[in-house]
Amino acid sequence: MSKWFGPRAGLLPHPLLTPILASIWLLLNNSLAPGQIVLGLLLGWVIPLFTLRFWPELVRIHKPLALLRFLGVVLLDIVLANMAVARLILGRPQSLHPAFLDVPLALKGDLAIGLLANVICLTPGTVSARLSPDRKFLLVHALDAPDGDAVIATIKQRYEAPLKEVFEPC
Amino acid sequence: MLTLVIPIAFALLGAAVALSVWRLLLGPSAPDRILALDTLYVNTIALLVLLGIHLGSALYFEAALLIAMMGFVGTVALCKYLLRGDIIE
Amino acid sequence: MLDYLLSFLILTGALFTFIGSLGLVRLRDFFTRLHGPTKATTLGVGCMLIASSVYFSNQGTGMSLHEVLVTLFLFITAPISAHLLAKAALHLKLKSLTPPPDTDKADY
Repeated sequence: MSKWFGPRAGLLPHPLLTPILASIWLLLNNSLAPGQIVLGLLLGWVIPLFTLRFWPELVRIHKPLALLRFLGVVLLDIVLANMAVARLILGRPQSLHPAFLDVPLALKGDLAIGLLANVICLTPGTVSARLSPDRKFLLVHALDAPDGDAVIATIKQRYEAPLKEVFEPC
Repeated sequence: MLTLVIPIAFALLGAAVALSVWRLLLGPSAPDRILALDTLYVNTIALLVLLGIHLGSALYFEAALLIAMMGFVGTVALCKYLLRGDIIE
Repeated sequence: MLDYLLSFLILTGALFTFIGSLGLVRLRDFFTRLHGPTKATTLGVGCMLIASSVYFSNQGTGMSLHEVLVTLFLFITAPISAHLLAKAALHLKLKSLTPPPDTDKADY
């Protein structure tokens, strides 16, 4: 078994990926017929087996409830962020204070850093622009930041702390 | 109500497409044009979904999904080209 | 009631999409322009897709949830394209309203 599929191959190498793939299959077919459910679960079981070698790290979620709460906060922030950005665009472009900010990272894992960058892009007036080579700093561009340190503090406290709690508890 | 709102939404989305085409033609730099293309495809998805609601047909959804995937791959390929001068290493 | 909800969703979606593209034309340098489309457009298209989902679920042919897929896909991919565009712009040293810290240690 492990000769073909890689070192970690068990019967269910990625317990999280199987339900995700199955539900994507059901959504794609837009049906809940028993046949589709069986086919979806089968695909969700086979695809992780064959793609095991492409997954660089094993994802482990330590606190699912914290993840759910974080997702709620992010969804709310997306809506608020859109209002804020819309107001800034409709206002006077001359009065904006764009800024580049260096956010020091406490996260280590690839997935956690990627999620943080994604969330930063989706929330108020900030776009993640570059990760430093030593993975210590994330360069962030803010649309309107008269006070850069406040934005950095918000990002660290509102988004990075929950992610750290979910993926890398000490 | 819907018969009143849908033409307004069509007009707004059409204007959005026109604005991104304006930025696409104007430039001035290559990333600007890629950003305009990116916006253009997202606007097209909204336009297609609205057309689906207007005509009451779910067929347009598949087209929207395909545009979303192809548009993303296109943007990433163009950015990679700008970053390295090459797409596939 | 359903009519009003649908109208509200469609109008909000169209408005946000329009504002996103307006930002693309109005703002003055590349890095600020990047903000309009990546945010406003995701919410705009998101609203439009929710409207479509609600509309087709009430046509009598059962639930229609596959619009969620496009929304999910856009919410995952929009930040990635924004990040790559910003990286490309930094790499090309585009003119910016605020100077970027130090452009030499790019990690591409």
